[in-house]
Amino acid sequence: METLEQIQARLTAEFPAARLERVANESAAGQPSLVVDHAHGQAIARWLRDDPALRLDYCSNVTGLDWLPLETSTKTKVKKIVDGVEKEVEETVKSVRPGYLEAVYHLYSMSLRHGPVILRLRTADRAVGAPVPSLTPVWRGAEFQEREIYDLFGIVFEGHPDLRRLLMWEGYQDHPMRKDYVEPDDYEYEPTPHDEVLEKAGKHAAAEVRP
Amino acid sequence: MSESELLSAPAPTAMNYEIRPKPAGTSDAEVGGELLEVAMGPHHPSTHGVFRMDVVLDGEQVVKLKPVFGYLHRNHEKIAENTTYLASMPYTDRLDYLCSMTNNWAYALSVERLTGLIPPERAEYIRVITAELTRLVNHTCLIGFLLQDMGALGTPLMYAFRQRELILDLFESLSGSRMMCNYMRFGGCRADLPAGWLEQAAQVVGGYGQFLDEFQALISENEILVARSQGVGVLPAELAINSSITGPMLRASGVNFDLRKADRYGIYDRFPFRVPLGDHGDVYDRYMIRLLEMRESVKILEQALREIPAGPIIDPKAKIRGFRPKAGEAYGRIECPKGELGFYLISDGSPNPYRYRVRPPSLINLTVLEDMCLGQTVADAVIILGSVDIVLGEVDR
Repeated sequence: METLEQIQARLTAEFPAARLERVANESAAGQPSLVVDHAHGQAIARWLRDDPALRLDYCSNVTGLDWLPLETSTKTKVKKIVDGVEKEVEETVKSVRPGYLEAVYHLYSMSLRHGPVILRLRTADRAVGAPVPSLTPVWRGAEFQEREIYDLFGIVFEGHPDLRRLLMWEGYQDHPMRKDYVEPDDYEYEPTPHDEVLEKAGKHAAAEVRP
Repeated sequence: MSESELLSAPAPTAMNYEIRPKPAGTSDAEVGGELLEVAMGPHHPSTHGVFRMDVVLDGEQVVKLKPVFGYLHRNHEKIAENTTYLASMPYTDRLDYLCSMTNNWAYALSVERLTGLIPPERAEYIRVITAELTRLVNHTCLIGFLLQDMGALGTPLMYAFRQRELILDLFESLSGSRMMCNYMRFGGCRADLPAGWLEQAAQVVGGYGQFLDEFQALISENEILVARSQGVGVLPAELAINSSITGPMLRASGVNFDLRKADRYGIYDRFPFRVPLGDHGDVYDRYMIRLLEMRESVKILEQALREIPAGPIIDPKAKIRGFRPKAGEAYGRIECPKGELGFYLISDGSPNPYRYRVRPPSLINLTVLEDMCLGQTVADAVIILGSVDIVLGEVDR
């Protein structure tokens, strides 16, 4: 199979307006991936499926991911005038990479028996209901997996034919696979020892009412 | 409300999704036009666990079917993210609780992809042997359950379970547990084979052909089985590929795709075996494929039991304590008896995985359940579900 660089070059030739970004993978598996923008997501997926050299007819796995905001600080030396004398002072510059949610697609070819090509679709932020385009119209195998990601992460797949919760029940509010999910203090259908509940509740109660 | 208003109102259904077009050749006028909504499950005995099918019936005919999941959901993935890599290994046994050995292998394989550990020769052979024994266990159970669903109450299932028990005895002497084996480790296996195990296994495998002959002679050409299952629940090959169907169900539709051949993971390139394919993609083909696959598994097992070398059973670089893979991600997959079982792991360098994802074949094989059941009767829906081969521990995770 072609390398991801070659696939990216052909994609850029085919879709000049598409924003593509390659993500390296440091692990022994060496499976790099490609971030695809929303506007071209479905078109690129169709092209990958129908291209005679790739024929990625099989969408094996769809994964939801939650990336919290990441704070990084870099130290730089800056020349500053301190008390009238020019000095080199070390300054730390903090930068925050905003958090986002992500859907990762592992694509293989059943007819040509190669793969994986890994696509990533990123949301703009971590808001509940942040949209990405659905790839279910291209590969129906993504139907239940996208529903599961909608259920557990809160990503809305635009163009999904039947986007409902898959595992949690109808009317459930939260998205348990998010990294900042807080489990309920008590389950009314599962009695818990009272002290344990109070201790859990104390952790996130306001300071003035804390026991 | 007047009668005419009642008639013109849309049919009251609790499900707020639209009814798919009916199969050609059927119309409301023919069968009376009154739709009945039935929740089959979660306590219906034919659903193989706690699974619900919301069906809309036109007389006896299924015009809409929506699977409902989540009754056994415990968020396996979240639990695994909050614990170490190794601590998730026994938990993978509980995914598909009939096939704990292959679950272990899929997880171990993904971690090996992530870290670059290489299992030694003997461990690879033990893995192939246990995985093929698991395939025998799973397929044997499945044909028993499937025939039970068709109304052959008890007898075929007892024949199947008698044979399954012999293999579970092997698993017990190997790992200490019949079903929850927790046997594989990253870079190898947990314990070496006990004395006499290979001979015992060779005896069980040697008798398997006879069991299959007997089973096939008893029931495979049974008139009721043929009448109930041929031409029922047909799945076309294109739809199967597009819907990510894997395993025996895909091959029953005639698609030649077996990860043991396509990926050649482990040492499967050393074993010459055939991949049986179906012609029609109906329930009967799915039943037959399992019987044929078991014969191929027996061949693989005979060769593996003959060739297994002596040697270490775990990579010396494998660490039990302080196991922290380098940051990165890996997707590993194997051909488990139900289809492609994959694990997608992301490491951030800490002792716990940042993301741990299970690609469950049972869940994804249900994508086409509605397509297979439309136009069939309720009794057929039961055996179509049976032929998909699901285990709810894996569907709901």
